[in-house]
Amino acid sequence: MSAHGHHRYVSADRRVREDRRFVAGKGNFVADIELPNMKHVAVITCPHAAAHIKSIDKRAAMKMPGVHYVLDGEELAAATLPLMTGLDTPHVPRRPLAFETARYSGEWVAAVVADTRALAEDAAEAVEIDYEPLPFVLDAEEALTGKVLVHEAHGSNVLLDKTFVWGEVDKDFAASPRKLKLRVKWGRSSTVPIETFGVIAAWDPWREILNVYASIQMPRYADQIGAALKIPSSSVRVHYDVDVGGSYGVKRGIKHTVLCGYLARRLGFPVRLIEDRLENMRGGDAHGPERLFDVEMAFDDQGIVRSMKMRALENLGAYAGRSPFQLGKPIGSIVGPYKINSVEYRAIAVITNKTTQDAVRGFGQGPTNLALERCIDEIADVLGLDPLEVRRRNLIRHDEFPYLIPSGTTYDSGNYEAVIDKVLAGAGYDELKGERDRLRRDGKLAGIGIAACLEPSGGNATFEALLNPAITTSTFMDSCRINVDGLGAITATMHTTSSGQGHETLVGTVIGEVLELDPDIVRVVRPDSLNSLPSGTPVGSRMAIMLGGAAFHAAQKLKEKLVAIAAHDLGIPLARAVYAHGDVHDRDTPEKRRSWAELIGIAHRNYHRMPDGFEPGLAVEHVYQVPTGGTLPDKDGRVQMYPCFSFEFHLLLLAIDPDLGRPEIVRYKLGHDCGTQINPKIVRGMTMGGLAHGIGAALYEEFAYNDDGQLIAQTFMDYLLPSSHEVPAVEIVDHETPSPHTVLGQKGSGESGYLGAPAAIANAINDAIRPLGIAINTLPIRVATLGDMIAAAQEKMKKGE
Amino acid sequence: MRIELTVNGTLHALDVEPRTTLLDCLRDVLGFKGAHAGCEHGVCGACTVLFDGVAVRSCLMFAAQAAGSAITTIEGVTPAPGELSPIQDAFCETHGMQCGYCTPGMILAAHALLADNPEPTREDIVEAISGNLCRCTGYAQIVEAISLAAERMRGVNRPRSVDK
Repeated sequence: MSAHGHHRYVSADRRVREDRRFVAGKGNFVADIELPNMKHVAVITCPHAAAHIKSIDKRAAMKMPGVHYVLDGEELAAATLPLMTGLDTPHVPRRPLAFETARYSGEWVAAVVADTRALAEDAAEAVEIDYEPLPFVLDAEEALTGKVLVHEAHGSNVLLDKTFVWGEVDKDFAASPRKLKLRVKWGRSSTVPIETFGVIAAWDPWREILNVYASIQMPRYADQIGAALKIPSSSVRVHYDVDVGGSYGVKRGIKHTVLCGYLARRLGFPVRLIEDRLENMRGGDAHGPERLFDVEMAFDDQGIVRSMKMRALENLGAYAGRSPFQLGKPIGSIVGPYKINSVEYRAIAVITNKTTQDAVRGFGQGPTNLALERCIDEIADVLGLDPLEVRRRNLIRHDEFPYLIPSGTTYDSGNYEAVIDKVLAGAGYDELKGERDRLRRDGKLAGIGIAACLEPSGGNATFEALLNPAITTSTFMDSCRINVDGLGAITATMHTTSSGQGHETLVGTVIGEVLELDPDIVRVVRPDSLNSLPSGTPVGSRMAIMLGGAAFHAAQKLKEKLVAIAAHDLGIPLARAVYAHGDVHDRDTPEKRRSWAELIGIAHRNYHRMPDGFEPGLAVEHVYQVPTGGTLPDKDGRVQMYPCFSFEFHLLLLAIDPDLGRPEIVRYKLGHDCGTQINPKIVRGMTMGGLAHGIGAALYEEFAYNDDGQLIAQTFMDYLLPSSHEVPAVEIVDHETPSPHTVLGQKGSGESGYLGAPAAIANAINDAIRPLGIAINTLPIRVATLGDMIAAAQEKMKKGE
Repeated sequence: MRIELTVNGTLHALDVEPRTTLLDCLRDVLGFKGAHAGCEHGVCGACTVLFDGVAVRSCLMFAAQAAGSAITTIEGVTPAPGELSPIQDAFCETHGMQCGYCTPGMILAAHALLADNPEPTREDIVEAISGNLCRCTGYAQIVEAISLAAERMRGVNRPRSVDK
């Protein structure tokens, strides 16, 4: 049960223990790991958007110095099973190397193994591949027509097309005096970590174990490797003590791993594949959503929204991966922070000849939030109301929690008005409007952007079952084991990799809090996958809730054990034994006590003093199921998804130079409520980082393709990540509305900032250009596009005068 | 080809292919794994090292071009095993990182800045790290770390009379 209130170490301004190794350059990143006799892989990619692979001539390459092997898709397909996907689409198999047909420019066709990466790249150029180019399709709406099929055997390009109706949508629409339609497009971007994906695979034939070191962030990694290579998952040892250089969802190199795992077994030495930036951008299969929304809102003259119809069309790229599910997660907060009575949601996913997607920060929530928040602004505009006022009228009120939304999820807690009021307390809304109007008088285009968004957290992925009834998973867990050794030193475990979220600090802090001991004395380690308890891995903004919950309960079990041992040894009833800072004393006679050292001694060396039936030693573990989880969708497609809902309120002022079209953020305030913050430094960092990522998605980042189906953003000179110049100083205002479902009242914050910034920036730009009679609803909003639109509008206005 | 390279004050005589970049040489030949490959085309700054005190991208130059110059990597600014420099410590104090991948480059960029400018403004810091991309933090806590380090390093050299 929840234990909110005063904390010793939780919420304290404490350092992050992981940081020491990183500032010294002593992280353990996959590219830092050297294994004896390790060889290097380079991949050969298809230059066409779609092509039949007629022949692969390896002879010249095989004769080159240092070259050990050239692998093609035919051999690999014969020896391995297709990669796991979430949908039942057997005719859309996904494999590490294309076999017979390549379906996007950059898809891997063959792999070269050589003594060094440079030699492997040299040899890659000598492999002669004969292609017969095929027709291709890039656009999602065009793919829907099925004129060109990406996977012929599937019979269409549609992988998913599901419509949900929650509540009386038709009735609500009929009863609403006002309707509004809006088309919004989220451009294809991704998280693009600074470290590319990398993996080392080493097969030990005498122990029959495949050792895997990878910059991975993915659930069921060892299972998926074992399944594809047709070996038991107990023959796969994933080393979780590899530091991951950023991920935010996308580090899911299963195809890289199966390729290397196969090569390591085939060749008998360790092989390593570290993507270069081009491979990462193109064939790394790490693009994010590209989504077209058609939204219709039904509302009244006061701006109260009654109902919504949303159609989301996702351009998946050439293979399914896990990406179709990114249409599913937003169902758990489909109405955002608003009281919308009924919803129709149609989710369509099509395959095209673009790079395959994978999970991106928010798992589809960011695009959905954009669509919702753009609609709210447009409603305000047609009614002549203030967009903040329209939001206030629709927000779920603090006293209405827990709040059940039409799609079946109950929001845990929230105080949206309080967060908004706090943000406005510093910079008055009127003051900001005044500043905007001053800028306008100075000849700039200026606008205010608002977004009020939710971050579902905790990772109950029952949307899988909702989109694919063959899936009946309702278990989402994480684990922690604590061992106190014979000298009283505490070691705790976590069972996955991390990519900068500070999970070791999280575990130490929570255990320290429960045991009332300095968290810095709690050693936190990561056993490999063969020594691990179950972990759902850091997805779905879940680790503070789930790993924090597991650590909390494991520490509680340890405390209970210490108390029982002390009560038995002191000869007092359990109820009188009081735990404090590692010692246990008699409530009635406080001088009767057993110290931490004495209790350790009893547990480890004095079995004759242990309570009957107790296991010796002090080892405890806890496997934690997601709070509120454990149910499957009902027949109407309703289900409880994530347990916790963080809230963020964005308010910014933006100015556009009308001659250049370049938007500049003048002021940015963010109200953020993720419940209890376990480590405020971490929460702030993630929120700021997410916001910066959101600025990128709104203004700069896009995996753009040309008409030939070639990806034209292949480097950091074409795909623009925000630098320190593009990210303004942001005033973050914290508010804490604890979740009733979590051990410390915490909610997730791994996606904060990102989930609302694109919507807020799009709203600000639209506010700025509205006086010109134009609007833009396609992200990213590029300087060139904006500049052209403004120039055309000004020209038109001039002519009109 | 045979080259001589001074890294972190030690002279190394090496055989490298002419095409070997300074980054690959530092990492793969000499074992200085603190320099990271991010983009390998000179944009992200994860490979930043100090070249005669100037922050440069080690992915954009050949090892042979560094012969005769003093190269400093993150390993070279760490005072001793387990001991942090004021800049490294300031990054820990503000949590000026998350995944730690861009961090060595950031810290070396900060070293180069503070060696020239002990009292940088926010704008100076933003400019100094603008060639180092960080995907995790949004830069705020990095800027704070460098500002804090500058303040502390100025304090070290403050005569006692100033505080009285």
